[in-house]
Amino acid sequence: MTDTLTVDGLTVHYATREGALQALRDVALDVPAGQIVGIVGESGCGKSTLINALLQLMPENARIAAGSVRLEGEELVGAPSRRLRDMRGRDISVVFQDPMTSLNPVLTIGRQMRDIQYRETCGNAEKLSRAAAMLGRVGLPDPEAKLDAYPHELSGGQRQRVAIAMAVLMRPKLLIADEPTTALDATLEVQIIELLKELQREIGCAILFISHHLGVIAELCDRVVVMYAGEAVEEGPVADVFLHPSHPYTAKLIECDPGRMKTKVALLPAIPGDLPDMTTPPEGCIFRDRCDKATDLCRTKPEALAVNGTHWARCHFAAEYGA
Amino acid sequence: MMGQFRHSLLGRLLADPMAVFAMTIIVGLVVVAIFADAISPHDHTLMNLADRFAPPSSTYWLGTDNLGRDTFSRLAQGSRIALYVAIVAVSISGTIGLVLGMIAGFGPRWLDNLLLFIFDTLRAYPTIILALALAALLPRGLSTVIIVVVITSFSEYGRVVRTQTLSLKNAEFILAERAMGASAARIVFHHVLPNVLGPFFILAAMNLPVVITIEAGMSFLGIGVPPGTPSWGATLKDGFDYIRNTPWIIIAGGLPLILVTLGFTFLGEALRDQLDPKLRKSR
Amino acid sequence: MCIFGRGEKMLQYAFQRVLLALAIIFVAISALFTIMITLPGDPTTVLLGPRATPELRAAFRLSMGLDDPVLVQIANFWGRILSGDMGMDYNRNRPVSEAVFSALPHTMALVFGAIFWSATLGILLGAFSADNRNSWLDRVSGILSVGFIAAPSFVVALYSLLLFSVTLRWFPTIGAGEPGDLASRLYHLALPSFAIGLAWVGYVARIVRASMLETLGENYIRTARAFGLTRRKVIYNYALRVAILPAVQVLGVGIGGMLSSAVFAEIVFSRPGIGSLIYDSVSGRNYPVVMGSMLVAIGFFVTCALIADLVNAALDPRQRAK
Ligand SMILES: Nc1ncnc2c1ncn2[C@@H]1O[C@H](COP(=O)(O)OP(=O)(O)OP(=O)(O)O)[C@@H](O)[C@H]1O
Ligand code: SF4
Ligand SMILES: [Mg+2]
Repeated sequence: MTDTLTVDGLTVHYATREGALQALRDVALDVPAGQIVGIVGESGCGKSTLINALLQLMPENARIAAGSVRLEGEELVGAPSRRLRDMRGRDISVVFQDPMTSLNPVLTIGRQMRDIQYRETCGNAEKLSRAAAMLGRVGLPDPEAKLDAYPHELSGGQRQRVAIAMAVLMRPKLLIADEPTTALDATLEVQIIELLKELQREIGCAILFISHHLGVIAELCDRVVVMYAGEAVEEGPVADVFLHPSHPYTAKLIECDPGRMKTKVALLPAIPGDLPDMTTPPEGCIFRDRCDKATDLCRTKPEALAVNGTHWARCHFAAEYGA
Repeated sequence: MMGQFRHSLLGRLLADPMAVFAMTIIVGLVVVAIFADAISPHDHTLMNLADRFAPPSSTYWLGTDNLGRDTFSRLAQGSRIALYVAIVAVSISGTIGLVLGMIAGFGPRWLDNLLLFIFDTLRAYPTIILALALAALLPRGLSTVIIVVVITSFSEYGRVVRTQTLSLKNAEFILAERAMGASAARIVFHHVLPNVLGPFFILAAMNLPVVITIEAGMSFLGIGVPPGTPSWGATLKDGFDYIRNTPWIIIAGGLPLILVTLGFTFLGEALRDQLDPKLRKSR
Repeated sequence: MCIFGRGEKMLQYAFQRVLLALAIIFVAISALFTIMITLPGDPTTVLLGPRATPELRAAFRLSMGLDDPVLVQIANFWGRILSGDMGMDYNRNRPVSEAVFSALPHTMALVFGAIFWSATLGILLGAFSADNRNSWLDRVSGILSVGFIAAPSFVVALYSLLLFSVTLRWFPTIGAGEPGDLASRLYHLALPSFAIGLAWVGYVARIVRASMLETLGENYIRTARAFGLTRRKVIYNYALRVAILPAVQVLGVGIGGMLSSAVFAEIVFSRPGIGSLIYDSVSGRNYPVVMGSMLVAIGFFVTCALIADLVNAALDPRQRAK
């Protein structure tokens, strides 16, 4: 089976006053077709940066220093902007982090949903009825009337449903969701997760799902990537990773507060210490400052070590630790 | 600390070419105003009817007007009037606006609403049209100009100061002080005033050229300075009346106005860039 | 149901704004009227002008109830205004309303001409600068904008009269054009309205640039681009739509300033209008006309600011939610 998305050696720098901030370093991950892959990591570890790089919609001060992003084998880094535009919304689409700000406040929902169907040749009435059908599908009551509503007239949960409806309207191959539930309360969160699961089954797309919430990842995803300070430190099947964490950071996250796996939290469990300065990241293992297992060996950079066929971690002791 | 602040502010302004350009003009204006008599090649009241409408020459640097008076000397004298009106009017309206704005921001709700309504109402008077209406009632002179400016502009300071005060009123450090029982006076003078002064001075700097323009405009209309006073506006009025005799009076008369308004405006801009960190970041 | 709710909110907002506008006009004019009747001096001289005969004065004193308390006089004043009687222009023996309302359209044309110049040029300049931010063209347009704002409008009027009308003879120097001949009217309007509008070209350009840059950083712009909408469509359709809103507001409030500039433009280009009417009345101490012109000028300004505010609320659904 071919992977829908392949990311390899992706390195992204932000130009800042203090120098180049290395927001992503040598990140690799795969999203197999039809699967849901989760990404977890503390705030600031580079999750949104990763998404922007996947879409090739980066802030002006950002630069892809190295690496490749392939969608069904087609390279996106350096692809002509026409081609990228062509793929956005049709092949890849996104649900952004904040439903309150990601819809245009001065246009009605209907107008926004109509505009994104600009590739379709059908008339406006047809586009609007498709939009209404999709709004109904994502569980909005009275979808016809919602077409005439402005975003501020909807609740946060309703807006996030609109955003999801927009994202799946064109039946993309890859749906990216950047913490789509952090702004919502727990009951809504469950509903949205269920909705994503159903939609995924119907459309058959792959999903890249970003969350702070280990429980949600465990519930929804097939595979998980754990990120720390701009690096992917562990990747594998969800059950495998959460039951046998092979990187000390993952282990800390889980053991720190296993109860939280079941409850809603806005932030990952706090583990002692701070993220390293990403302008001048330390030599060797990126997690060394906060790792209890660190030895002298950790002054050299660990490679990604396979724990088993589909599970690896970037720690010198991955094999023994995870076993 | 204050000295360091001022030093670094000046330092930063000097690094900005537009600010240097602006300050050069303003310093030039002040120098000309102070030494107006010394640098005037002629007595500005002296009429030399043989040399009416003279174009610029080595004798009359900027030419002469319809009465043969030296335009350069008149403009040099005019800078005094412009500066005087600007400084007096801005100080008065600024002070009124500062006090009322803080009262509005700190006072009870009804007082705030009342003051806001007054500010709104005063803004409804188009400045020059109000000036004309008042000119029909008040004697012609600089004090009338100043009254017009104060009436039409203190509300602007009031609004800015009010907004600033309101945003500070509920700031955590002020709430903490209040919780500890600090007096209203202490809060106003130690916390609010220093924080309000930045935007206030930017506005004042931006308003100086506006006031100078109002004075010149009123004098152009003949409702500003008394007849014969060498205001820039009066010179322009002469130029307009004799536009078919010579273009020089208008050309020369408009230059100092344009230069000075440019200077103050650019300085205000530069000050705002430096004093308002929010704006600075977004640049 | 939903649509009804929205319309109702807009109506309620509009109603509040209209009330406020009426209150402002009422207080502003009443204050002026009070100053006029309480200022030392014989009020009949003040209100009728020095040329009035003693008989006229006596009759006037009686008819206007000048010995009544101030509040009563204000009430009577508004009573007359509301019944359509703005008094007499005794200098030219015509009703004030006739003088004022024949002048108003000329001033309105001037102001709307200025808005036309500033909106078209300003929005273009601002959107272009934002689109090419930090390029040298952006810098030049930034400096130009500040220059436009700083240059006093009556100096701009004088210079453009001197250059384009007197020296180059491209434009007429005097008047508002042939009545009924639209082309001639526009030809006479172009230069004076440009002189008034130039400063506002600067304001609008700066505001549009700033709010456009702010808007381009918003999440919903990223959303639009993530759905593959073209950059041009996103900038000139999605972002500009939001970015124009503050410019509409500024132009509405700016009409006060434009009315002041219109006085100069009318005098410099010898055009009829409220400005030149009031100017002529002041030199003739023709107070009823001064009062009438003030009323119309303030009414016009406040109405325009109100309309700008309501248009803004209609275009920006968030505004009325507040
Ligand atoms: N435009 C930018 N310029 C400079 N630094 C940036 C920029 N955007 C993000 N960063 C920095 O890059 C790092 C990664 O940011 P990113 O937004 O990708 O984190 P995140 O994992 O999405 O965090 P969160 O969970 O809070 O959304 C952070 O240190 C952030 O400060
Ligand atoms: S490599 Fe060393 S420092 Fe890094 S996570 Fe493993 S044990 Fe800890
Ligand atoms: Mg993020």
